[in-house]
Amino acid sequence: MPGPMGRMPRGKKIENPGKVFKRLMKYVAKNYGPHLVIVAILIFVSVLANVQGTMFIQRLIDDYIAPMLVADTPDYHPLALAILRVAGFYAIGVASTYIYNRIMIAVTQGTLRNVRDDLFSHMETLPIKYFDTHAHGDIMSTYTNDTDTLRQMISQSMPQVFNSAITIVSVFISMLILSIPLTLVTLIMVAMMLMVTKKTAGLSGKYFLQQQQDLGKVNGFIEEMMNGQKVVKVFCHEEENIKQFNELNDNLYHSADRANYLVNIVGPVNMQLGNVSYVVCAIVGAALALSGISGLTLGALASFLTFNKSFNMPINQVSQQFNSIVMALAGAERVFKMMDEVPETDEGYVTLVNVREENGKLTESEARTGRWAWRHEHQADHSVDYEELKGDVVFDGVDFGYNDDKIVLHDVKLYAEPGQKIAFVGSTGAGKTTITNLINRFYDIQDGKIRYDGINVNKIKKADLRRSLGIVLQDTHLFTGTVMENIRYGKLDATDEEVIAAAKLANADGFIRLLPEGYDTVLTGDGANLSQGQRQLLAIARAAIADPPVLILDEATSSIDTRTERIVQDGMDKLMKGRTTFVIAHRLSTVKNSDCIMVLEQGRIIERGTHEQLLEEKGKYYQLYTGNAIAT
Amino acid sequence: MIKTLAAQIKEFKKESILTPIFMILEVIFETLIPFLMASIIDDGVEAGNMRHIYIVGGMMIAAALLGLFCGIMGGKFGARASTGFARNLRQAMFENIQTFSFSNLDKFSTAGLVTRLTTDVTYMQMAYQMILRMCFRAPISMICAMAMAFFINARLASVYMVAVVLLAIVLAFIIRKAMKYFQMAFPKYDELNASVQENVSAIRVVKAYVREEHETDKFKKASQGIFDIFSKAERNVVLNMPVMQFTVYSCILLISWIGAKLIVQDELMTGELMSLLAYCMNILMSLMMLSMIFVMMSMSMASARRITEVLNEKSNLTNPVNPIHEVTNGEIEFRDVNFSYYGDVDKSVLRDISIKINAGETIGIIGGTGSSKTSLINLISRLYDVTSGSVMVGGRDVREYDMESLRNQVAVVLQKNVLFSGTILENLRWGDENATEEECRRACRLACADEFIEKMPDGYNTYIEQGGTNVSGGQKQRLCIARALLKKPKVLILDDSTSAVDTATDAKIRKAFAEEIPDTTKLIIAQRVSSVQNADRIIVMDDGRINGFGSHEELLESNEIYREVYESQTSGGGDFDEKAGEE
Repeated sequence: MPGPMGRMPRGKKIENPGKVFKRLMKYVAKNYGPHLVIVAILIFVSVLANVQGTMFIQRLIDDYIAPMLVADTPDYHPLALAILRVAGFYAIGVASTYIYNRIMIAVTQGTLRNVRDDLFSHMETLPIKYFDTHAHGDIMSTYTNDTDTLRQMISQSMPQVFNSAITIVSVFISMLILSIPLTLVTLIMVAMMLMVTKKTAGLSGKYFLQQQQDLGKVNGFIEEMMNGQKVVKVFCHEEENIKQFNELNDNLYHSADRANYLVNIVGPVNMQLGNVSYVVCAIVGAALALSGISGLTLGALASFLTFNKSFNMPINQVSQQFNSIVMALAGAERVFKMMDEVPETDEGYVTLVNVREENGKLTESEARTGRWAWRHEHQADHSVDYEELKGDVVFDGVDFGYNDDKIVLHDVKLYAEPGQKIAFVGSTGAGKTTITNLINRFYDIQDGKIRYDGINVNKIKKADLRRSLGIVLQDTHLFTGTVMENIRYGKLDATDEEVIAAAKLANADGFIRLLPEGYDTVLTGDGANLSQGQRQLLAIARAAIADPPVLILDEATSSIDTRTERIVQDGMDKLMKGRTTFVIAHRLSTVKNSDCIMVLEQGRIIERGTHEQLLEEKGKYYQLYTGNAIAT
Repeated sequence: MIKTLAAQIKEFKKESILTPIFMILEVIFETLIPFLMASIIDDGVEAGNMRHIYIVGGMMIAAALLGLFCGIMGGKFGARASTGFARNLRQAMFENIQTFSFSNLDKFSTAGLVTRLTTDVTYMQMAYQMILRMCFRAPISMICAMAMAFFINARLASVYMVAVVLLAIVLAFIIRKAMKYFQMAFPKYDELNASVQENVSAIRVVKAYVREEHETDKFKKASQGIFDIFSKAERNVVLNMPVMQFTVYSCILLISWIGAKLIVQDELMTGELMSLLAYCMNILMSLMMLSMIFVMMSMSMASARRITEVLNEKSNLTNPVNPIHEVTNGEIEFRDVNFSYYGDVDKSVLRDISIKINAGETIGIIGGTGSSKTSLINLISRLYDVTSGSVMVGGRDVREYDMESLRNQVAVVLQKNVLFSGTILENLRWGDENATEEECRRACRLACADEFIEKMPDGYNTYIEQGGTNVSGGQKQRLCIARALLKKPKVLILDDSTSAVDTATDAKIRKAFAEEIPDTTKLIIAQRVSSVQNADRIIVMDDGRINGFGSHEELLESNEIYREVYESQTSGGGDFDEKAGEE
């Protein structure tokens, strides 16, 4: 199982950061536009409140304290009034801060929820091909790492940067008002800070890339070894393993050390440069104040120095946010990339309905009747036809390849009559599973036609098509939840009794009852504590409860012993009586009684017929059957 | 827990101590600056003393540069200490996992172990760095600023005292409440990720059952749950900001008011008032920082706990004090063995097993799904310990052997087998790292793996992808058998290891075993009767008990289960393709 940490080439440059940023903003604004406007206004108010407070400190000395110092009887009233006024503004500022932070929670958490929901519901619509061509670890890290970086950005970086920007502008204006020469001094220092930041950011970027690569190697090794840990034990390979691991681990330590070091020093460097800027301003300011050249008063100098600090702080903060913004944009890019994946197309309009027969005519029924029909609404005149579902499957000259340039199935012709049991045999890669994946349109064919009860499968709505086909895959997947819930997956409204009946049919009832909590035992990690055979039995029960008109068994019993298989088979035969079944199996007993056996080789059907017919032919089937096959 | 984790600091103790020291020094220099600042204004500007301004200004720049130096050193040692700590944690966990027995491994899921070694360690690294760099810096910064404030004017500074205490109480209250929600939130977050993971790997099932909407609904519910709980937690956290602002603003106004009065009464200088206001920020920022550290630390508590779990997990199989290193022969005996995975006799999966297998015998094991065939053979190489009774190999209890020696001489080919990324030769040499290429070839010949290896473009140097994805199931099984053969074991156990190999090749492998390694005791678990029918004796397992033990003919005569299995399979030859693995 791939772990959550990425194998993706992280640290790769984003192609168009501006575009990604705009799109992200749009995405957030789609649901939270008004919120963002209010937040912006409130941040503005909050910053202004802060700035007016700093301005007040200037006036405190010059306008209030200085006159009182020379007055005979100091009058505290103007000061008291001023303080009350400032307090009033401060109160508004505090309230704004609180409100915008509250709103930002809704924006951040809500956007994250929307991102996750959109990702997930979009992912569910993606074609199987997407999952074939993307490492599961990569898909996972879009949900975990990439969404996490978004949270950082929306909840912290965005308000921070906005806040800083407003602070910078308003402080800058105030500084200009107070003293132009001192403002120039401050600006020079800021330019230096930015240069240093850029330099270290570039350098640390290089080491971060190295760190990500080393981390990828360590994680890859960990994943592989944790998966093979039991084999490691059996081969007493622990020491070699530790040696190898330590080497990778050391490399990671070295690159992480360098990368972290560089990130760590950006803060102190900027802060101390800020302090130097403060000192320089103080000296220049004091010189100016003493000489009285620019009319700088002592109060103005004090105020200016406070501004100097308020000016450097947001710049420092923004430069510290820089890394996380870049990371978030890279994350956002991957999130959007997944959202942009083209979903499975479905142009089908024929639907599957339950029917009952009245006076020899098929009528649609809401209730389950055990009979199905294809509801075929003609596009021309909107008249509706019902075609009873029989399970008549025809492949006519089907060519298929996972990629257009590599055809794996050639000119497949196949006729399955209702109620027949059709088996596919052949060696690995012959295309057995591929054929079954075409019937339910996991993949679309390149050429030819597949007809289902005489209807081109392309015309059938995918959901209805798949609902009509029960599939038991060889790779059994179970979901986190109780055994009961897992079986019920086949039919969500099934009663407990129905579930148990299905389990009995699949011969799973016996072992389920021996589980600690019986049917209520919670399975986790894909049913990790069950044996392969037990998992297959559950998968069969899950298919059985769905009660599908057509069943596809793809090596469904490969890990079940023959004795149990026979019991399962009996149950399945009962269930499938009169219904079409496709079986893929490597075990003879499973396929022998099929109505028609197709022998596949390299994507072509080379022999077809019943068991007896094929034996007589003395072809490939005969070879396989008698065990004279040449191992490849 | 903290003791366990702290033990992993090891060689980074020096850095771990130096980091806070430099951070503290940085703070001290930083605190000096507003103080010097006041001096510039009061003694320099007001006295019209330009020289004083230069001297004190120079001191300030020196303080800034020294602060810079300390900041850089703190950053440097902090990075080293935390990344080194992370390295040691990973290493310690990895090494401990290597000592885990099968039952230890069963306790942790593979994914769980991977997360602990990766994500959890990353969190710990971040938390540790935060602790080293901020945990001391923040309180010291606060104390320094406070001290300076008192030095300047004790009466005014007492305003800060009150503010700090009040703020501390409020922040502590907020954090406690927020943490409660965060702790509820994280497991939910894990669940959500698990459900994505599940959906990604089981997408075919989802699509085949047309459960996309069902899954999306399930997901949305979980995701809404996370939204709710995180919102609740954060609503508490965001109180921090306004509360802090409120305190800062109140302090500024109070200081301004009282300060103005003091200046008028000539008890305070204007410059001093300015630096007092500057210290106000310092004090409250540090307090804020502290509250952040607490949040961060409690958030990484979960990771710390999970890591400690792995570090403290002791292998429940231990080597005896004076172990035997040599297995004399391949004789195996089970004496009244009961075995339960949970150590609870009532839940035994093996009951009253007593059998004796002679050296060099070939034993077939057959039985239904869940009849405990695998559990039986796992006891022989002491992958698990019996719950009661004893298992003997070569006449000695397996618990008397050195585990490594025992496992090297009792080779098991596991049912769920794995090849590792590397060349075929490298994979084979897991069996014997000093094996010559000739020996590897011979093992492959025995396992009938030579034919397909030689057909591969790079032969024995063909690179196997992680998880062996570029060889078929049957090929993988044969490579795994060859790998086990290279151990030249006294006992060879095949746990359903030829299920994906076609009948003919299967027969060939068994023939090769009989001819080439006659002295090795061979135990073969199989679903196919044809795989075991030529064995010297066959064990029929049923529901954790031995239902029958004898030769093919004897069992056919006397054992109902065996006869049934045999009949169900013999009407045909066996299997069709050479592979049962996925396509």
